[in-house]
Amino acid sequence: MLRFALTRLARTLGVLLGVSLLTFLIGHASGDPVLLIVRGDATAEQKAQLRHSLGLDRPVLAQYTSYVAHAVEGDLGISYRQHVSVASLIKLRLPNSLELAGTAFVAAVTFGFLLGALAALHRGGLIDHAVAALAVLGQVVPGFWLGLLLVLVFAVHWPLLPVSGYGDLRHLILPAVTLALPTLGRMARLVRSAMLEVLGSDFIRTARAKGLRESQVLLRHAARNALLPVITQAGLELGDMVGSAFIVETVFAWPGIGRMTVNAVLQRDFLVVQGCVLVTATAFVLINLLVDLLYAAIDPRVRVRV
Amino acid sequence: MKAVLELYRSEQTRLGAVILTLVVLIALCAPWLAPADPYAVDPAARLLPPLSHAAHWHLLGTDSVGRDTLSRLMYGGRVSLAAGFLAVLISAVVGSLVGALSGYFGGWLEIVSGWLIDVQLSFPFLLLAIFLLGALGGGTIAVVLVLALATWVNYARIVRSQVLSIRHQTYVEAARAVGASQSRILFLHVLPNAMALVSVVASFSMAQAILTEAALSFLGVGLDPSTPSWGTMLNDGRDYLQSAWWIATMPGIAIGITVFGVLSLGEGLRELLDPRGQR
Repeated sequence: MLRFALTRLARTLGVLLGVSLLTFLIGHASGDPVLLIVRGDATAEQKAQLRHSLGLDRPVLAQYTSYVAHAVEGDLGISYRQHVSVASLIKLRLPNSLELAGTAFVAAVTFGFLLGALAALHRGGLIDHAVAALAVLGQVVPGFWLGLLLVLVFAVHWPLLPVSGYGDLRHLILPAVTLALPTLGRMARLVRSAMLEVLGSDFIRTARAKGLRESQVLLRHAARNALLPVITQAGLELGDMVGSAFIVETVFAWPGIGRMTVNAVLQRDFLVVQGCVLVTATAFVLINLLVDLLYAAIDPRVRVRV
Repeated sequence: MKAVLELYRSEQTRLGAVILTLVVLIALCAPWLAPADPYAVDPAARLLPPLSHAAHWHLLGTDSVGRDTLSRLMYGGRVSLAAGFLAVLISAVVGSLVGALSGYFGGWLEIVSGWLIDVQLSFPFLLLAIFLLGALGGGTIAVVLVLALATWVNYARIVRSQVLSIRHQTYVEAARAVGASQSRILFLHVLPNAMALVSVVASFSMAQAILTEAALSFLGVGLDPSTPSWGTMLNDGRDYLQSAWWIATMPGIAIGITVFGVLSLGEGLRELLDPRGQR
């Protein structure tokens, strides 16, 4: 286990190095920030002076190492447009993003599991067909487009919910549902097939033969074993959700990190984008590491294939 | 030939093939089928709902500057499909090559490509795409390259694992014993046998490319807004959601039908090639 953990850790460090390097290089290639800051009538000398004071005249590698050294301490630089530290901007917006993504994730997993289990128990029934339709729909159209449709129906046609914005619980419903729907469909389908497979296995027959109550067979024996592939999928879905959150936040004017990043790209405020990308990707890498380690702790077979 | 017949026997694949053929035909024949010029602005016919008649019929209505939605949808299909197809082609070639070489030769090639894959998969892809297009500039070629970047990893992984398992098959050993060169073995004996799965990955990648193009153009970092594509049309419709629902709804339906066709075909291919996947 220790050997597995160490190898995995070394790999994570290598990946983090690549992530930070790539992020920095793309940001670096985005153009000269000095041109963003100075007024049009600045002389070449003033520009050179500013470039020097920002440290932009150093070799790229030196700039990269100092960027990473500061980033490790939580300093991601200062936005050239908004004149605020990038870290404080992220701290301000991150809770909103977590609120939206967290709600959507919990809803998708819970309802996905329930609907999938129900679909498996009533094969060919109404719920089964509805789950199949939802799963296909979530696969073939962009998730944000479903959001636009939800807005059309529940905010424009029947003005029950606000079109967009941030505020009370009612503002959360449409973006959270939009974000949750594709994941919910996939989860439900996965749970359905996992349940069907488990329900057809010998130990379920044994459990029934022992005379256990049906509820006990389902909850104790079937659901628990169907849970394993679901957990794997849930990890993947979380990543997918972070990606689509960037669009959903933009559609619903949700003041989170995603919308901030998209706006910063459109305003060419790349230090902000760079910071957001770095934070998101690092979180991603660390979560993956954690999941892998947990897996290895639970399932010894994983430790062999590094 | 037998494979094609078997594909045709599956109802799902048949449906996918029919849908896809229709969509591609409509896109190809857009100049003859489209009722109007997709770029023609008509101030007198702004935001007309579907089935209205101005200078001529607008079956699916018009957008905020009076361009015919149906015509733009047909021309948009050309752009979206072409961008997706090109991206799939590029990523299939590059990804398969990387996968084949790293699987066959191993060594530092395998380490570096594995590291690159790990690094890329550490980003939510959409975020990386937005960052790249924003920082390095958009445009059609850039979008195609970014879409290709999205999926090369899938090919590299699948081809690598295929090559690893094929490498030690008896017929490869035989070829080696006869004295065939490394590249001959790789390209004539190993790679062709890994190609079946590549076609499955390609169909799923095509779906992903169409959806990603839509997302990027919708956000305004993808194709040039004046180019009619399904993504840019979604972007056009976003600001008129409350007054003109059809502008954003129609391209979404077009995407849905197309991706459904692509995925049905891919699913059929997968079932044909992977007996374990059969239900």
